Amino acid sequence: MAQILVFGESGADGDPVAITAELLGAATRLNEAIGGDGVACALIGAELEMAAQAAIAAGASTVYRAQHDALAQYQTDSYLPVAAAIVEQVAPAIVLFGQTSLGRDLAPRLATRLGSAVAMDALALAAAGDRVQVTRSCYGGNARQVVTVESDPQVVTVRAKSQDPLPEDTSRTGDIVAVDAAPGAARARVVGKETADTSGVRLEDATIVVSGGRGLGAPEAFADLERIAADLGAAVGASRAACDLGWYPPSQQVGLTGTIVSPELYVAIAISGASQHMAGCGGSKNIIAINKDPDANIFRYCRFGIVDDYKKVLPQLELELKQLVADR
Amino acid sequence: MDAIVCVKQIPDPETPAAAFSVDETAMKVVQASGVSPVINPFDQQGVEAALRLREAAGGEGTISVLSLGPDSARDAIKTGLAMGADEGYQLNDAAFEGGDAWTTGLALAKAIEKIGVPEVLIFGRQAADLDQGTVGSIVAELLGLPSATVLRSAELEDGAITVSRVVADGFESITTPMPAVLTISNEFGDPRYPQLRQIMQAAKKQVTVWSPVDIGLDAAQVGAAGARVKMHALFQPKNETQCEFIEADTAEEKATQLAAKLREVKLL
Ligand SMILES: Cc1cc2nc3c(=O)[nH]c(=O)nc-3n(C[C@H](O)[C@H](O)[C@H](O)COP(=O)(O)OP(=O)(O)OC[C@H]3O[C@@H](n4cnc5c(N)ncnc54)[C@H](O)[C@@H]3O)c2cc1C
Ligand SMILES: Nc1ncnc2c1ncn2[C@@H]1O[C@H](COP(=O)(O)O)[C@@H](O)[C@H]1O
Repeated sequence: MAQILVFGESGADGDPVAITAELLGAATRLNEAIGGDGVACALIGAELEMAAQAAIAAGASTVYRAQHDALAQYQTDSYLPVAAAIVEQVAPAIVLFGQTSLGRDLAPRLATRLGSAVAMDALALAAAGDRVQVTRSCYGGNARQVVTVESDPQVVTVRAKSQDPLPEDTSRTGDIVAVDAAPGAARARVVGKETADTSGVRLEDATIVVSGGRGLGAPEAFADLERIAADLGAAVGASRAACDLGWYPPSQQVGLTGTIVSPELYVAIAISGASQHMAGCGGSKNIIAINKDPDANIFRYCRFGIVDDYKKVLPQLELELKQLVADR
Repeated sequence: MDAIVCVKQIPDPETPAAAFSVDETAMKVVQASGVSPVINPFDQQGVEAALRLREAAGGEGTISVLSLGPDSARDAIKTGLAMGADEGYQLNDAAFEGGDAWTTGLALAKAIEKIGVPEVLIFGRQAADLDQGTVGSIVAELLGLPSATVLRSAELEDGAITVSRVVADGFESITTPMPAVLTISNEFGDPRYPQLRQIMQAAKKQVTVWSPVDIGLDAAQVGAAGARVKMHALFQPKNETQCEFIEADTAEEKATQLAAKLREVKLL
């Protein structure tokens, strides 16, 4: 039967995370389009009560919950047999993951184990007969590809923020089915975690992002960006060139191989706007840029642009923005 | 310590956006004039990773570079050899054309078994053409090996490998027994530049070329015939934004006017 199975995720403390609701929104729309018989959500972890309830409120009719202390943290070897057992039990036609640290790692291995294949990083999903037509970004964001997975089940990872969740409905009811598949013995074991400093606004949640690039010329300039961001309640991002130079942590990298952001306002300072960078911020509602090169690619995406040396613009801009925020 | 590094040749991902174009009918990228295809940058870092691991292990062992691709892909293999790898293998046959990640993974896994599964199997985190990032995991699954993906470092420790994996909110440290599959990210750092002498030596080195039968596959299992993912279209996204440049005599005035604009359109 045409069933769609979404692999949801939960936060470190068992909290629901946004990608699960986005996937369930996409799955619900696909399910209607193919006349399928419902959307199920798989959750794997150690503490899943809240995430399971949230998944039902976000559109899942059944939640398959694999809860075990050994599953507290994602590890390929421990999750893989559990994920495979859930797919076997549900026998879905379509399996959706988020294009997250977990989805990137697990989806291709799971698809291979199931004798199928995966389409990665979908921006849009459409039904075509019994296949999902996946539109995905490629060539560093310079092109789009439309593909279908011709084997079964069709496994797809979906880019964060590309899909609207359904309005949360806490009155929805659904079944929660306990799955007792044993976690696999982890050969590659997680032995430590270094969590990035998260004192500021989280990049992926921010409504305003202020980003700096190689043109800043020195790491110290990020302190100026941080001050401006603090005034605006914004997160600070960086281009890969700035991260590769060690000026800012990789966790703040915006782009194809970094974080995907889609704020109301994206401020790009001394960033050229390479396609791989735009792949991470092109979904912003408004982009403004300061760049001394009038031909910089970034301006092709901008609502407003200033062509000048950022060093001359920034002090005055900081004062003006402070005033704007004070007047709000 | 023996290692195999899988490398792919791709259109130069640093091609300026304005010079990038696709042939929608052929569903192929048009090679920009004056821009040659390159070894996938993450794979070049993969070669670097293998060289560093071998150095840390005392310098003994063979590093092989393996690529599936047409004649030109030999250049990607030569890049790895010039950096310091020892052996080159190429899967090159008309039957391999039009494949997908699955057929590529299958062929690479078969070739790796034929070469002999080494302690370390290295891939790039993704090939910067289709930006998928699946072949390393597919090969790991086919060979039944542990894997660690998107790495910024890898070190040998007491007969195991300890790696640092880049995740959304920081880094994970992972320890895995060998043999293991590792996929390398740009955080790994710059690859070494080969010396001219090494480039000349690499140019003279023989690359072993295999067809499907050489690795125990028949033509129906590889290339377009064996593919599980079908492409229906390839196109360039349209971008309709028109930038309004803030014009003024001084940088300070531009800042003031930009703020006024942001207020006017209620962006802040
Ligand atoms: C496979 C792959 C994946 C990638 N993934 C990412 C990714 O996820 N994220 C990402 O960002 N990049 C990514 N890149 C790198 C990308 O191609 C670019 O190299 C990078 O984004 C450039 O960063 P930048 O704009 O800071 O630097 P540059 O391209 O060097 O641009 C600096 C800009 O600053 C301007 N400038 C200089 N001085 C000043 C000044 N005083 N005032 C104002 N402006 C000034 C210059 O005019 C220039 O436009 C990837 C590349 C590859 C190949
Ligand atoms: N044709 C190929 N030949 C050799 N290695 C490849 C090939 N395609 C992909 N790879 C390897 O698999 C990695 C991930 O590729 P992909 O899954 O296509 O993004 C690359 O960085 C290479 O290490």
